Amino acid sequence: MVGDKVKNRDKFPPVSDGKSQYDLYSGKYLKVWQGPQHPGITGNMSLELVTSGDQVVEARTHVGYLHRGFEKLMERRKYIQCFPLVCRICVPEPDFNEHLFAECTEELAGITVPERAQWLRALTLEMARLTSFLMWIGGQAGSFGMGTLGQWTVTMRDYMLDLFEELSGGRIYHMYIIPGGVRSDIPEGYFSRVEETLQKVEHVLDDIELALFHNAVFKKRAKGLGIIDPSLVDLYGITGPNARASGISRDVRKDSSYLIYDQLDFQPVTDVGGDAYARTWVRFQEMYQSIDLIRQMMHRMPESGPFFTKLPNVLHWKIPAGQTYKRAECTRGEYGFFMVSDGSEYPRRVAVRGPSYTHAVTLMERLAVGANIADVAGLMVSLHTYPPEIER
Amino acid sequence: MRTQLQQVSTRFSITLIDELAPERDDLLFVQVEKDQAVPFLTWLQELAGYTHLVFFTAVDFIEEGYFQLTYMVHDYSTHQDLAVLLKLDREDPVVESIHHLWPHAATYQQEMYEMYGIEFPGSPRLHDDFVLEGWDDLPPMRRDFDTRQYSEDTYFPRGGRKSRDTAEYMKEQLYPGEAETW
Repeated sequence: MVGDKVKNRDKFPPVSDGKSQYDLYSGKYLKVWQGPQHPGITGNMSLELVTSGDQVVEARTHVGYLHRGFEKLMERRKYIQCFPLVCRICVPEPDFNEHLFAECTEELAGITVPERAQWLRALTLEMARLTSFLMWIGGQAGSFGMGTLGQWTVTMRDYMLDLFEELSGGRIYHMYIIPGGVRSDIPEGYFSRVEETLQKVEHVLDDIELALFHNAVFKKRAKGLGIIDPSLVDLYGITGPNARASGISRDVRKDSSYLIYDQLDFQPVTDVGGDAYARTWVRFQEMYQSIDLIRQMMHRMPESGPFFTKLPNVLHWKIPAGQTYKRAECTRGEYGFFMVSDGSEYPRRVAVRGPSYTHAVTLMERLAVGANIADVAGLMVSLHTYPPEIER
Repeated sequence: MRTQLQQVSTRFSITLIDELAPERDDLLFVQVEKDQAVPFLTWLQELAGYTHLVFFTAVDFIEEGYFQLTYMVHDYSTHQDLAVLLKLDREDPVVESIHHLWPHAATYQQEMYEMYGIEFPGSPRLHDDFVLEGWDDLPPMRRDFDTRQYSEDTYFPRGGRKSRDTAEYMKEQLYPGEAETW
């Protein structure tokens, strides 16, 4: 239990099943509102904290600042019109939405994607993973008072965005993975530029290891913060690095392999700490893993071949009735799309399963109890949540 | 898994739907009756290895008059998904909560109450605002919710922008009163 490590435990109200039994009217407690511009997240979300001194005794999350109604909009749009919408569901990592939307549509329509398109998709997804992690580590360091690291990694992220711009024309929303394949082949000499950027990123990551993981302040604050017990993992639907940092070796890329991931050599990164430090360490190692996977893909990708399957007239494209669910391993865990088609030109329902949905609400409310108020932002970043995917 | 499900099909009155996802061997669809949903899910979680609730959502089939609730559960040992479908009458959208099995289901239920008006008696914070604040209209994800009518009633139409000839306008701004002498 998180609160048990506090020395003078008896000063605080008893904690039962992750919830504090406090009396707000006793005058001992203070309600603090953090957000919606919360330092711990990309996007807008609020935390309603009840504190006793500087310790959190209850936390409640509030979402609703970013609701754009994408799931409703998709019900009124044809499949191809949904395609430029889906990437906007999760801002820092749009490619997983595109990939899953495309996969669901292809499965229901019975379309096979050429092999080279699958390699290009996997390459984009891995690059997106690295880009997203580069932004996250800035937040993780920044929330513990090391703002400089964010400056380094955001520079590196910009170099990665240059690569995306060259590939797809877009920096943030790439709209590259389209039902049927990908929009374009790689430009001439692209891989050499990717390799050049990867080397730069690696160099910065080595510096970050020294500056962050060997930093006494970071160690003292992150170790023991927000411990996820392995028994909570299934109960709270915890996936991705958050589960792997608790010693549970699960990775959708390995377990339910998609695209060409079964042809690559990698092992899920795990740790046993279960705390914010372990989660940061797991993600940090996954950045190196991503770099390695990108290199493997660049070496093993077929030299040439078609990258797109011809689709029927997409403006009058009727998808046979059916239902399907597809998942992928994004930076935060299991990302999934559930698509229901009724045989018309419009999807009946597209439901998005974002990992933040479980991590940022139920789990965060449990882990914040017992934490120091100054560490709440760090705890939130260590769960790596993006509110845009909670309120689609 | 298929044989295991067939063995309990009478006990939980479930029906396997083979026509959905026929080419996938890692995804199976099962239809369950309303009163058997929670016992069946409890069995899946505790005895059949489906320990992970992937998501829980609703689909509105307004023409047929029901909501399709989808409980997607996952077995980490076999990496198989099981979609448990439940047809819920649109006129009486009340169903048992599953937050005691998976605490994070409460969030899904809170969202479904807000978006579809489905009641889950006993679910924590069910009637609190989740995404929408101060919403008093029909639940917006229902297909009979008229989005156009709502926006026409809620928002007032804005007048168009006044257009000008750019060259003339700039002359007047830069050299007031002298422009006509040019």
